[in-house]
Amino acid sequence: MNTLHLVRKNLGRKKVRTLFTGLSIVIAFLLFGLLGALRNSFTLGVELAGADRLITVHKVSLVQLLPISYLRNIQSTEGVDKVAHFTWFGGYYQDPKQQFFAAPTDPEMLFEVYSEWKIVDGSLDAWQRNRTGMLIGQSMATINGWKVGDRLPIGSTIYAQSDGNRSWEFTVEAIFSDGADGANEQALYFHYDYFDEARQFGQGQVGWYVTKVADPDTSEEVARAIDIQFANSAAETKTSTEKGWVQGFAQQFGNIGLIVTSILGAVFFTMLLVAGNTMAQSVRERTSELAVLKTLGFSDARVMRMVLYESLMLAVVAGGIGLLLSVVMAGGMRAAVSQFLPGFAINSDTLLTGVGLIILLGLITGLLPALSAMRLNVVTALARR
Amino acid sequence: MSESLVSVRDVSKRYVKGKERVEVLHSLDLEVPAGDFLALMGPSGSGKTTLLNLIGGLDTPSSGTISIGGDRIDQMSSAQLARWRARNVGFIFQFYNLLPVLTAQRNVELPLLLTKLGASERKRRALTALKVVGLEDRAKHYPRELSGGQEQRVAIARAFVSDPTLLLADEPTGDLDRETADEVLDLLQILNREHGKTIIMVTHDPRAADHAKRTVHLDKGSLVDQAAA
Repeated sequence: MNTLHLVRKNLGRKKVRTLFTGLSIVIAFLLFGLLGALRNSFTLGVELAGADRLITVHKVSLVQLLPISYLRNIQSTEGVDKVAHFTWFGGYYQDPKQQFFAAPTDPEMLFEVYSEWKIVDGSLDAWQRNRTGMLIGQSMATINGWKVGDRLPIGSTIYAQSDGNRSWEFTVEAIFSDGADGANEQALYFHYDYFDEARQFGQGQVGWYVTKVADPDTSEEVARAIDIQFANSAAETKTSTEKGWVQGFAQQFGNIGLIVTSILGAVFFTMLLVAGNTMAQSVRERTSELAVLKTLGFSDARVMRMVLYESLMLAVVAGGIGLLLSVVMAGGMRAAVSQFLPGFAINSDTLLTGVGLIILLGLITGLLPALSAMRLNVVTALARR
Repeated sequence: MSESLVSVRDVSKRYVKGKERVEVLHSLDLEVPAGDFLALMGPSGSGKTTLLNLIGGLDTPSSGTISIGGDRIDQMSSAQLARWRARNVGFIFQFYNLLPVLTAQRNVELPLLLTKLGASERKRRALTALKVVGLEDRAKHYPRELSGGQEQRVAIARAFVSDPTLLLADEPTGDLDRETADEVLDLLQILNREHGKTIIMVTHDPRAADHAKRTVHLDKGSLVDQAAA
């Protein structure tokens, strides 16, 4: 027997109470992990956004289109290296409710602007040569079971072809990896020229421009220079860094970080009350036993440590199980939610924060009972018996 | 009789109860030689348990000195007293005070957790102590599975397992029937005579006191007489 055995035995004294307190801690840290994964998926885009890329959209809103003629102006702006353009297609496969990111673009420029992306299957050249070819992200290919050579009907919630058909047929010519966490791989790209000729309306217009600047330190100046060119025109522009743009996009859903932090704060506070009450009750119930330990020669500090170990053990075991479950569940859910929540995973920062919170929970909930055990007067406690 | 193991000199103990100051012990002197078995008798409230607590280092006197085996325990800090108790004193309570979550063997092993002994040696000593009290076959039993007399014998094993010089018993037979009480008192006599333990026992029961070598009476915080058995 050692002190740990004694601590474990004390925790098992009221099994049902310990079980329920432990379960509430498990649930709390399961929630912590999953909400952390949710927050990660919203912030991942911001983290991956390139510092050397700018996004130019219509000043009024993202929905408003910009003339393709702006391409030349932007390209000739001082400090600009490469420019690509994209248009929101509202793409889906079979089920219009299951939309994904699909955009017509310039196949020659896409990999110039997103130079960190790599072709992992098929060839870039084949895609660039085939006007009805498409490029898809690796995770999109994996989830849908698509492979190079597949000819697929891709529907659009926005654009019909000139004959009124909303289904567009494309052949998978290449599959790419974003070289990071796969956050950009739930995407599909095809030729703008083919799209522009075939669509029923909106010819000569694009959704937004992505500019790669020659020197990231000049991003702000280049952004200003782009917007000045189109000031007072029919389609004024708003240019921001990719990071700022992704951040702004994510914030359309609300401040996810704040929402998640608020929920977790409330959960953590509740856990403090629940586990703290359990510990306080547990110590109150065995005042005379603690007095006996002191009588036997256990010092005040040692008795205090024993109570702290108890609360720590409860928090570490239950919190650890909760965190572990959240990792397993997030892993299982990742594929299913990746279409809407790319990068849904618990990262090491979340895990470390979780471990820190578990230890904090154990220490805080055990502190008051431990102090009261430490201060326990042996004579008074034994007399009460 | 050999030289004093316990030396209580001019000890007073006062408590503040509400606005009232209560003096429980008045300038009390007591010498207990090594190897003695002393019964401390007296009516309720006479200060018996208070005196026992002072001698056991659970409480400190308001004035006076207490030396145990040459150690001035009245001058020790709380942490020093805890260390001193672990090495020098074994306590036996009226209600046994075993930990319900531990088996008999592990209850006996508790004081040994404060030593540097290894796990197997601690276990061996605990089993030996249980054998002395005749309960080696109950080692794996929990307190709830033992009778009152058996629980008290486990508590006695716990009190002497770390081989202290002094055993302090507060009404050790107060919760037992006559027959079981006699068994427990016989066991204390064996520990005194055969193992050389000095025992101070608080009791109300004159028949229990008969097992001691010597009896002292306390009344209103003062010793009134001393009698040898």
